[in-house]
Amino acid sequence: MAKTFKGGLYIDDNKKRTEKVPIRMIDGSPIHIYPLQQHIGAPLKETVKPGDKVKVGTVIADNTDAFVSVPLHSSVSGTVKAVERRYHPSGIKVTSVVVENDGLYETDENIRPRDPQNLTSKEIISVIRRSGVVGMGGAGFPTHVKLSPPEGKKITHIIVNGAECEPYLTSDHRRMLETPEEIIDGLKIAMKALGLEQGYVGIETNKPDAIESMKKSADENITIVPLKTKYPQGAEKQLIYAITKRQVPSGGLPADVGAVVLNIDTVVQISKAFRTGMPLIERIVTMSGDCIKNPGNLQVRIGMPFSALIDACGGFTGDVKKLIMGGPMMGIAQFSADVPVIKTTSGLIALSDDGNTYDENTPCIRCGKCIEHCPMNLMPLYLNKFVRAGKLDMAEKYNVMDCIECGICSYLCPGLQSPLNSIRMAKQQIAENRRKNKD
Amino acid sequence: MEHRFIVSSSPHIHQKETVADIMLDVIVALLPATFMGIYYFGLNAALIVLTAIAACVVFEYLYELFMHKSITVKDMSAVVTGLLIGLNMPPTIPLWMVVAGSAFAIIIVKQLYGGLGKNFLNPALAARCFMLAAWAGAMTAFVQPLTGADAVTSATPLAILKGSAEGTLPALSKAFLGITGGSIGETSDAMLILGGLYLIIKRVINWRIPVTYILVFAILTFLFGNNLYDLPQLQFTLLHVFSGGLMLGAFFMATDYTTTPTTLKGQIIFGVGCGILTFVIRRFGGYPEGVSFSILLMNILTPLIDRYTVPKKFGFQKPLK
Repeated sequence: MAKTFKGGLYIDDNKKRTEKVPIRMIDGSPIHIYPLQQHIGAPLKETVKPGDKVKVGTVIADNTDAFVSVPLHSSVSGTVKAVERRYHPSGIKVTSVVVENDGLYETDENIRPRDPQNLTSKEIISVIRRSGVVGMGGAGFPTHVKLSPPEGKKITHIIVNGAECEPYLTSDHRRMLETPEEIIDGLKIAMKALGLEQGYVGIETNKPDAIESMKKSADENITIVPLKTKYPQGAEKQLIYAITKRQVPSGGLPADVGAVVLNIDTVVQISKAFRTGMPLIERIVTMSGDCIKNPGNLQVRIGMPFSALIDACGGFTGDVKKLIMGGPMMGIAQFSADVPVIKTTSGLIALSDDGNTYDENTPCIRCGKCIEHCPMNLMPLYLNKFVRAGKLDMAEKYNVMDCIECGICSYLCPGLQSPLNSIRMAKQQIAENRRKNKD
Repeated sequence: MEHRFIVSSSPHIHQKETVADIMLDVIVALLPATFMGIYYFGLNAALIVLTAIAACVVFEYLYELFMHKSITVKDMSAVVTGLLIGLNMPPTIPLWMVVAGSAFAIIIVKQLYGGLGKNFLNPALAARCFMLAAWAGAMTAFVQPLTGADAVTSATPLAILKGSAEGTLPALSKAFLGITGGSIGETSDAMLILGGLYLIIKRVINWRIPVTYILVFAILTFLFGNNLYDLPQLQFTLLHVFSGGLMLGAFFMATDYTTTPTTLKGQIIFGVGCGILTFVIRRFGGYPEGVSFSILLMNILTPLIDRYTVPKKFGFQKPLK
């Protein structure tokens, strides 16, 4: 029996276009842009200036004072052209290092493999941090922080997230088929850092070949857990619940129930950080949607503009209404294809349907589908009502802050409301009020 | 900047079903019972149903036109209300009363409270009860089915069961198929169950309210019913279940989204409440039938039920004392 959680919804996964297409490596672009915002945590400061020579793996930005931050590395060799504000995929301008690629891909002298066998837990965590590894599923939380649980919290379960529940995305799927040994290796290094004997990989049952492939590579210390194909199975709290039957407490962290969740690409990067010594400079990006001419899975260097990836897939076909970074349920709509690939770019989805059905004039008919399917057991229709009436206190009482923004409520709503928009507004406002009250 | 794309917040996809699709499903589910009603009670029944639908749509359109609101007749909800009003009418009711009832449902019960999604009473049921109070005679003038133009008046099985009218009780099979006196659309239980199953399979409604409603009513009737004619207890119970508006009410009125609880636990409470109230009214009340009143009473309790059945959020922890 495949494991799962309560609530959620089967959503047509649209993975057929790319799930059978092997990962293809593409060359870098003439210009690479590295926004300094690629992780959650303390901001980075650039360590290079225009005119500097950089190589593949050279640190270009760092913050050595803060624990919750990781350095950023150049993914090409060449010359720093500028340090200036450029558009980030989130839609705002942030300080970015712009590097002109010399096409030689010379490796930085400091890059060398290390054998994790001879390292202590602290040393392993330090290598992972210096390699710039973050959660590559979308949030970008620094991995070394997850592997350093706070005093008094004992980690019992380390889980690799192979659910890939977002429609369209297949990069993790391909990784599990093509390099399962790297995933197992990275997981084992993380297990060593945490002093754990047992690790878990959760995979949705719509990827039977991936389950098979991972089972073949796993030994008795790694358990492959088939998960029901249901969105949002790969959401951290839902995944932990499916595998451990423990609920991360409201407002808490996975460590509160002894769990750590790592993304597939992330554990692969952990493996690479030791076996080749190469920091996080590339990732797999699923290129899909009805407007991508040749959909597929690309291995790309961080910093390439989206347009280069789109060109590598034969360009657009048809009238592109929307370009989404990430999956269609939680991804970020892009206004232009000139922004660069960052550490959390799991996919680029180009769609001819803007999917924007929101209509102010149609009412909520209280069908209750949003309540029935909410994976956090919230009542989106009431939250929507409260927020629209300006009753933030009621929204807070009805647990608006627990929303994980999976988008099911807005996706389902036959009344074409967007409860999630109201919820986001309330969350921002309440968080701001709380900050103000603290000051 | 070669390409510019549309930017909006996630999610970027949407399932296709809209309010109009849901309403259309309800209409489709009601068609078999509607056709059976017309077959049993003749063309006059068809005229009543069509009048109710037309009146509801026209009143909705006119109200929105005069109040400068956006016209929402395309969402089909007025058609559903009209159809339900029609099916709740006795086959001999004068058409002008149907028009008046439709006006009451659409203007007073639905639109004055803000329109679709905002009314707290089921419009069709409220109209039926309004008409029952206003024109008690016309609203309870039932005829035998399949008697054509010279319709013979007949008491409903519930009235006979209650002892408030003379007549012979129908066989169970006839009650199930709908060959008894009653409102146009309520007698054919077979077709109503078929339609209800269609809605459950299409996931328009779920089983909770209809099943708990019918089950609780049946159990109470079996245990505590007033079996005047010393029928076998099971036959007596089933006759109660398959007579009157229980099936129409349980599958199509007690499942109205707007006026019933949105939580799964709340839906069970609602179904149980309807079952108890219907039993109490049929057993102890002045009327032989209690489905409409029960559902309306539970409609009123709906906001309260929702408030007390807020699901426990994921990750909920009891605060330390």
